[in-house]
Amino acid sequence: MGQNAGGKGGVTGSHGDAPLFEARGISKSFGDVAANKNISLKVHSGEILALLGENGAGKSTFVKMTDGVLRPDSGAFFWNGKQITIKSPAAAKRIGIGMIFQHFSSFEALTVLENLALALPQRSLRAIRRDVAEVSERYGLSINPKRRVERLSAGEKQRVEIVRALLQKPKLLILDEPTSVLTPQEADGLFATLDSLAADGMAMIYISHRLNEIKELCDSATILRHGEVVGSCDPRSTSVPEIAEMMIGKTADPIDRAGAYVGGPRLVVDNLSVPAKEGVSLKKISFSARRGEIMGIAGIAGEGQDTLFAALSGERRTPKAKSIKIDDQPIGAMGPTSRRRKGIAFAPEQRLGHAAIADFSLSDNLRLTRHAMREFSNRKRRAQSLKIREDYDVRSSANDPKAGTLSGGNLQKFVIGRELDRQPDVFIVAQPTWGVDAGAASSIRNKLLSVAERGGTVVVISQDLDEIFQIADRVAVLHRGELSLTHLVDDMTPDKIGMLMSGEDINSVSKDAIAQNFTRKRATRITETQEETSPAETRITDEQVKDPTQREAPASVVQTPQPAISPVITSSSMTSSITPPPSKPASQPSQKSTPARRIFVSGNVSTPWTAPEIIQKGTVL
Amino acid sequence: MEPFLIAVIVAATPFLYAATGELVAERSGVLNLGVEGMMLLGAVAAFVTALTTGSSGLGILAGAAAGAAGALLFVIVALGFSANQAATGLALTIFGAGASGLIGQGYVGEALKPLPKFQAPEQLAEFTGVRILFNHDVLVYGAFALIVVVWLYLNFTRSGLRLRAVGDDHHSAQALGLGVLRIRSLAVLFGGACAGIGGAYLSLAYTPLWAEDMTAGRGWIALALVVFASWRPLRIVFGALIFAAFDQAGNYRETLNIEIPSQFLSMAPYLATIIALVLISMASRRSDTPACLGREFRPDR
Repeated sequence: MGQNAGGKGGVTGSHGDAPLFEARGISKSFGDVAANKNISLKVHSGEILALLGENGAGKSTFVKMTDGVLRPDSGAFFWNGKQITIKSPAAAKRIGIGMIFQHFSSFEALTVLENLALALPQRSLRAIRRDVAEVSERYGLSINPKRRVERLSAGEKQRVEIVRALLQKPKLLILDEPTSVLTPQEADGLFATLDSLAADGMAMIYISHRLNEIKELCDSATILRHGEVVGSCDPRSTSVPEIAEMMIGKTADPIDRAGAYVGGPRLVVDNLSVPAKEGVSLKKISFSARRGEIMGIAGIAGEGQDTLFAALSGERRTPKAKSIKIDDQPIGAMGPTSRRRKGIAFAPEQRLGHAAIADFSLSDNLRLTRHAMREFSNRKRRAQSLKIREDYDVRSSANDPKAGTLSGGNLQKFVIGRELDRQPDVFIVAQPTWGVDAGAASSIRNKLLSVAERGGTVVVISQDLDEIFQIADRVAVLHRGELSLTHLVDDMTPDKIGMLMSGEDINSVSKDAIAQNFTRKRATRITETQEETSPAETRITDEQVKDPTQREAPASVVQTPQPAISPVITSSSMTSSITPPPSKPASQPSQKSTPARRIFVSGNVSTPWTAPEIIQKGTVL
Repeated sequence: MEPFLIAVIVAATPFLYAATGELVAERSGVLNLGVEGMMLLGAVAAFVTALTTGSSGLGILAGAAAGAAGALLFVIVALGFSANQAATGLALTIFGAGASGLIGQGYVGEALKPLPKFQAPEQLAEFTGVRILFNHDVLVYGAFALIVVVWLYLNFTRSGLRLRAVGDDHHSAQALGLGVLRIRSLAVLFGGACAGIGGAYLSLAYTPLWAEDMTAGRGWIALALVVFASWRPLRIVFGALIFAAFDQAGNYRETLNIEIPSQFLSMAPYLATIIALVLISMASRRSDTPACLGREFRPDR
């Protein structure tokens, strides 16, 4: 893995010599679970090494050991060829290892300068202030040292983290999922910074699951799966699907998207303003979600998603009841239980503590959102919970386990299953696949699609653009508590959404135009998809990934333009009787339907946002 | 009015010590409910030492040491073994009450000479303000000095910054390489020593004798005071004077013509604290409440 180091940054370092940092045979177990098994890797000065792996592959465990937070059970680290023991984070810093964590490790109540001073005990405040100015200017990281960290945006907080790491003048910088909270533009800025750091000779270990970022940035890649190194490659010469297959070892369930039928507006949010208790206030938010569609609400972290979810779920009553209507009935003044009785279901972002109680069994957790439902029988809840676990593939060892003992992916499947098992008309979900593994993510996304397919309405509040592109029909972007106009997903590119995320206006069509355009667009979408050539829109199926002979698949999916009007589904019971959309390709019987919404990306794609769907963002271990 | 104001300053002194110590502990993220117990330990140790050695200076030191010893118990149980902080603190209070009663058993009824007071220069003694402010013993001035020092320490030193950081987010602090448990232990020990001095003031100067449970709930008022001051040192001065005024108003009801029942006055500090809590949680801006207050910390390793 280290052999093809250097190059990109310009400074190739001394590759004949020992690598700057090397791990040999690192293993770490928690109880019976082996989080890391015999991991070895090397990184040279000026090299950016990608550490790739699914959630739970052991990346974070490994990183914690390099930072001295955890200690390996066996194996050793080497620094310039000499064996080192990393006893503590402080020791790691003395050695020259800097960390940028996935979750900010800054102190919210302190100012930026105080945060930096904590990390730099030897330097005077004045010297730090001067250094901050210098580093900020050199690498384009502007921050105001006097502000309290709690008042910064996620991007700004990360800048603080980076500046903090840089002020310690590390020789090796480890970045754990640094782009997960950034807009595409902010991420580009970060890459420029990292490139110039590499050019200055810094070694980096870059942890991510976004393969396009890796291709853009990294000189070499080491891939982890189930705690083991399963391979290494040069990401610049290896295709994204190849890397993806190494990461997950198998292909995940494909996302199937039959041509759906869209009806009239079901959930209408009209000029919704909610002052925030904590976080961001909502300002005059308007959107509508229709029968049979998935409405995506994109936006980077902390732009008002929490308040919006609370307002939609009824945890916050809206100041005006009419701000939220379902089937023309105002529901803004109702609490969650009354809204559930109207056929709405909710799944919040936070699995433990919001959607489920860790110390409760699953059957008890089932009661949390069902206690007032007529369809829910208290006596039968164990049986119901078992049924949900079977239907939604929730894996656990115990019979009726406590929610806290499930892995993130399994718990999320249970939470989604708990809500969808009620067959809700409207489903509002925040970050449905945050931090869950690839298999669980695609299964959850398929479930969401099936809600829309049977005529239900889904509102997905997600920070994951890949997810939005993959499952949503229309999208609007939250920025500082304001919602952009709604756009057809097919009209959008990651760049355009990125601009909306940072509050810029794009040359947008008016809402009316979109509405008129909508049905026609949908009926002909599949055809358009086949013709699309722009890299961001390139879609291939995973069958195609596996079977190179089918790479030319689009040509085989022959179809004729569809009529401009789509039928309207009025009840979910009709779904089964509807004939499949005529656009379904008869030539490929093996495929359940045309994978119009699958975003699989061919190897030469350059945009950072279109990673294969099988790879998810989220917390690792 | 003048004796009342003098009495308020005197009565505020034990609050100042105990609350300042507790504030430091709480800013590091530890909720030690054992203030009352530590004050009692400090009071009895100071009294016995001063009586047997004849030195009030040694008495003060003994009071601080006894308070810190009580805090050490808390450190071992609540920080060393990650026991529940609230339960440990309550146990410490009960333990302090019992242990101090046992130690002081043979000393009930003995009397001490109170701590010597400074005398205002004669030329100035005719001014009321001078008489109120300049006729006190060393512990009174020490209390005010202590708060200023703690304020400077918390806001303007690296060490104070680290202490606040530990109270704000102990996991991040550990990731930065700060010794979370070490900093917290020292903060709690400091708090114990301060509570001990607060107790010593009661038995050496305020009422120079020993009686069981002589703190009479002052430790609890000190705890309330920290919340009332919203964890800011300088506000403690203000709060301590107000709480002491409530406390003394009962004694001076007749001279001051106060119609309020004394029971209401002794309830008033807690009422004020509840109001302060409501105001803090209503404020949109985040207060200085340490985010990790009372949360146990187990280093993951």
